[in-house]
Amino acid sequence: LFFIYCCIERISWRLQKTKALLDHTNTLSLNLTELTDQQKEFQEVARKFAREEIVPAAPSYDKSGEYPFPLIKRAWELGLMNGHIPEDCGGMGLGIFDACLITEELAFGCTGVQTAIEANSLGQMPVIIAGNDAQKKKYLGRMTEEPLMCAYCVTEPGAGSDVAGIKTRAVKKGDEYVVNGQKMWITNGGKANWYFLLARTDPDPKCSASKAFTGFIVEADTPGVQPGRKELNMGQRCSDTRGITFEDVRIPKENVLIGEGAGFKIAMGAFDKTRPPVAAGATGLAQRALEEATKYALERKTFGKFIAEHQAVSFLLAEMAMKVELARMAYQRAAWEVDQGRRNTYYASIAKAYAGDIANQCATDAVQIFGGNGFNSEYPVEKLMRDAKIYQIYEGTAQIQRLIISREHLGKFKQ
Amino acid sequence: MSARVLVGVKRVIDYAVKIRVKPDRTGVVTDGVKHSMNPFCEIAVEEAVKLKEKKLVKEVVAVSCGPQQVQETIRTALAMGADRGIHVEVSGKDYETLGPLQVSKILAALAKKEQADLIILGKQAIDDDCNQTGQMTAALLDWPQGTFASEVNIEADKLKVVREIDGGLETIKINLPAVVTADLRLNTPRYATLPNIMKAKKKKIANVKPADLGVDVSSRLEVLKVDEPPQRQAGVKVETVHDLVGKLKEAGRI
Repeated sequence: LFFIYCCIERISWRLQKTKALLDHTNTLSLNLTELTDQQKEFQEVARKFAREEIVPAAPSYDKSGEYPFPLIKRAWELGLMNGHIPEDCGGMGLGIFDACLITEELAFGCTGVQTAIEANSLGQMPVIIAGNDAQKKKYLGRMTEEPLMCAYCVTEPGAGSDVAGIKTRAVKKGDEYVVNGQKMWITNGGKANWYFLLARTDPDPKCSASKAFTGFIVEADTPGVQPGRKELNMGQRCSDTRGITFEDVRIPKENVLIGEGAGFKIAMGAFDKTRPPVAAGATGLAQRALEEATKYALERKTFGKFIAEHQAVSFLLAEMAMKVELARMAYQRAAWEVDQGRRNTYYASIAKAYAGDIANQCATDAVQIFGGNGFNSEYPVEKLMRDAKIYQIYEGTAQIQRLIISREHLGKFKQ
Repeated sequence: MSARVLVGVKRVIDYAVKIRVKPDRTGVVTDGVKHSMNPFCEIAVEEAVKLKEKKLVKEVVAVSCGPQQVQETIRTALAMGADRGIHVEVSGKDYETLGPLQVSKILAALAKKEQADLIILGKQAIDDDCNQTGQMTAALLDWPQGTFASEVNIEADKLKVVREIDGGLETIKINLPAVVTADLRLNTPRYATLPNIMKAKKKKIANVKPADLGVDVSSRLEVLKVDEPPQRQAGVKVETVHDLVGKLKEAGRI
């Protein structure tokens, strides 16, 4: 009798799990296997541009560190940039999903170029989500009229992950705010036409983060804005990264986003829309690593056969393929969720964390498959390893992502 | 200028794909294989759009013959700047046997129906390499032709065409209406930009059947078999010129 009782227990538990699973999959109507015709065409243009124009130029930009403005201009002409800008500002009002498809293709070509382009989206996102009509028309409109760059100016030398710890001060004086402070690691810092700036407007240390900061749009030629030297980084070397000093910079009150104290929420809100494309970029790099490694493995011979025919190598390739496919599905899910109008923080963090990690793993494995050649700068994979590292750092470190995911997960569980 | 240009575009297996012969040797594998616009047709579309930008022609109409999928190819032409499209529906067995003669009859009928002043085609398709459609279309219409064009200019109401021929370059002047076939160096086709891809969705594609144009698409040709090119045989290395001559004599080559 006891035995029968146990069986019934187990069966009913299993039925419950199955029902929960079915409920979950019934809510999923995202078709990951078939893109729309328009998405396929967009992807085609991005792929062609990346493979024919970015790939050949990337090694020399990596060596020289020169800003790839000709490539950025081309991408702008083809409509591959600024996809998020709403149609009434001259943009295409693309969803995050479509933008991610394009980003993955460009990143395949070179993540340095793609980051320079992506920094535009990051800088624009606070204006897109929180700007009033006048601000949107002025600052987004000009991006579609000429190939201009913008930047997201939040990180400081003393505060990266701890955004609430930033010290740049904005003091209201009449109809203006006077800003003093130091920002660091600002992508497009030296090339931007304007910045989204986060500064502390409430000096009271007891004031909560959700009220103490304000978001501003700052014209780069405002007196007192001093970009520092171009930083020499490990990878994505053609991307322009700088420190920026703000010395008595005066910002008109019309350039405040929403209002005083709203900045923190705006700055964080932008990430839900920009983390999926960053994950897509990391996936593009991983895809490049996989393709380069596969091509090489089918050409190089050792012990009488192509190295791809040795299981040690083919298993490496299989695991790389698994990671790439899953990273892609993760960013597509995160992008789709936010396009449906739902809060996607959980999925966006998972996608960014996972894609950043596997990009590094795949790049390392690609170098391994190339063997001695992989370590050498004449072959394309060592650059991938150097470029991949930053994906575990910027746009929320791997550790911060895990913090977010655990908080979201435990939050769901407690409900 | 009120000229209307008809541009033929063919959907072919993408140039980068490795072609495989079907096991039954009746043709090549097309299922699930990447297809795109024939590269010479891209050059033809680009030339037509350039003429429109120079205000030398008023309307560019893209035409393709085939099943539902050729609409993708027409859309690409629209995204490059063509104004509207015509999809001539040919499917199934008829599509498998569709060749230059039937297509040129269709194009000739359309040229009359649409009152086209100029037809621009690619010089040949990269799948069958026929290099016949342009020439046949001109003959059926009794129009002059400028084939293998590497440069096209409209001067007064005549067409100046620079042709790539074996001996070099030949420049001819022909009356309009005319047929031009595009060669490789005529231009570099533009990318379809993302905004143009979105605009192209609003452009119209008309559907037409060959019977509506009075064209019989049945083929007079029968494909007997399709084979891969013979496998390359290993060569033989020789030490001296003397040995080389000896081996060539053995093989009956000299």
